[in-house]
Amino acid sequence: MVIFLQNLVNALQWGSFYALIALGYSMVYSILMLFNFAHGDIFMVGAYIGFGVSVGLIGLAHSGLLPMPHWLILVLTILVSMFLTSFVGMIVERVGYRPLRNAPRASAAITGLMIGIILETGNLILLGARRVSFPSLIETATYDVGGVILTNKKIMIVGVSLLLSLALHQFVRRTKWGMAMRAMAFDSVVVPLMGVPLNTMAALTFAIGSALAAAAGILFGVAYPVLDPYMGIVFGWKAFVAAILGGRGSILGATLAGFLLGFTEIFVAMVFPSTLRDLIAYSIILLILTFRPHGFFGEPYSARLRL
Amino acid sequence: MLLSVDNLQVSYDRIKALHGLSFRIDEGEIVCIIGANGAGKSTTLRAISRLVPVEAGTKMTFMGRDLLKYPADKVVSELGISHVPEGRRLFDNLTVQENLMLATFARKDGKAIGKDLERVFSIFPRLSERQHQKAGTMSGGEQQMLAVGRAFMSGRKIMLLDEPSMGLAPLLMKSVFDSLKEINREGTTILVVEQNARMALQFAGRGYVLENGRLVLEGASERLLGDPQVKKAYLGG
Repeated sequence: MVIFLQNLVNALQWGSFYALIALGYSMVYSILMLFNFAHGDIFMVGAYIGFGVSVGLIGLAHSGLLPMPHWLILVLTILVSMFLTSFVGMIVERVGYRPLRNAPRASAAITGLMIGIILETGNLILLGARRVSFPSLIETATYDVGGVILTNKKIMIVGVSLLLSLALHQFVRRTKWGMAMRAMAFDSVVVPLMGVPLNTMAALTFAIGSALAAAAGILFGVAYPVLDPYMGIVFGWKAFVAAILGGRGSILGATLAGFLLGFTEIFVAMVFPSTLRDLIAYSIILLILTFRPHGFFGEPYSARLRL
Repeated sequence: MLLSVDNLQVSYDRIKALHGLSFRIDEGEIVCIIGANGAGKSTTLRAISRLVPVEAGTKMTFMGRDLLKYPADKVVSELGISHVPEGRRLFDNLTVQENLMLATFARKDGKAIGKDLERVFSIFPRLSERQHQKAGTMSGGEQQMLAVGRAFMSGRKIMLLDEPSMGLAPLLMKSVFDSLKEINREGTTILVVEQNARMALQFAGRGYVLENGRLVLEGASERLLGDPQVKKAYLGG
């Protein structure tokens, strides 16, 4: 029982990363009908931006210019990096995807893969082929709850990812921008007839998705403080699976599917040799998708009249 | 003159859909364009709303301003040209109220929005009853009311309507057109395209006949209703 609970805690943390990245995938897909295959690399860029921001803030704090406690540095790192990374997303949309809005979907997919390669090699050129270690911003505190080991980092990671998912959900439900996004997901052709500028909405969608990926990147850096330029690839693909599993356009779905992926991986590794982890875990996911091809909360795609 | 269209040409995949249409609409008018399926009626409205690209040589002005300088969303929010698209195209996943409010996305006149919403509900009381219902769950007639209400909320200099009678029973059709008359009396110019020529000509003051991408006839509605050619081709003899 204790082992089960311990794995549950670990799975929650692991699933947090997937959930946050999957949200960006799912948003872009449902609103703009395109898979942003560079999204995993935006997660990587976000982690690196977080690295840069936190190192800068620590330097600032230690030099005595602007003394602040480490928890504040972490909060600021998350916020500033989300802000900065949102511009990376907007640039990707503007330069990479906007010119292809009416092109065949395959062109956008290929472009996405290319943007990913550019971000990875760009990172190599800038920082060289070495890993960087994310500064430890908070001391790890360990709590023993009936044999289950919790750490303050794990609690924070799960908490922040749930909070951000919830915030996004509220944004999409309650604001006019969110309303426009839901309308675009249903039928984007007539959205301009409502006076809604499509380009602004596309940029906003990418900005939010990228900011969430940046948050995931920093949380990942807090838990596993080694960053490398290719860290986004596998995470990107797995989050893509979570977005599909959640169902098109479903925020709740993407969050749940992200956590489910975390659970599946961790629990498979608990029972089977860890080298077989992905094989078995993703076979299970494949099986679920066989019976629910539209994911948990997706609707069967209906062909609507397009202009 | 409110809207002037000169030599409007549109092609889809190099096949010409409109071969140089020219027409004018004055403020306060109700004008209809009638024509068979595929004549280019919807394309004409989409071109005015800037949803489809037009070809070189096309000139369109609205209140003296060059329409071609405005992107689709600004045509609505800055010029006040609203458009009820073919097949209504409501956002079925949004509630009635959300559909109406989305149409005010770019408007900054908060107080006027509230008044307009009340006006829509007074013209179409059914929408008020169904405010919190998803648009997709309503009947065809109610959906058409919402489509008109949504256009009313988005901008009100001119309303472009694409086959508002489609799929409606005669009685409902009449009530929708009566409401449009009311909206027109309050100052909104109306351009309607219709396959249902009789209904459209009875509703409009003036009409154009569109055939294979060309305007072939124009005139006052009574004259068109009495025209032997129109009678034969569009009014069932």
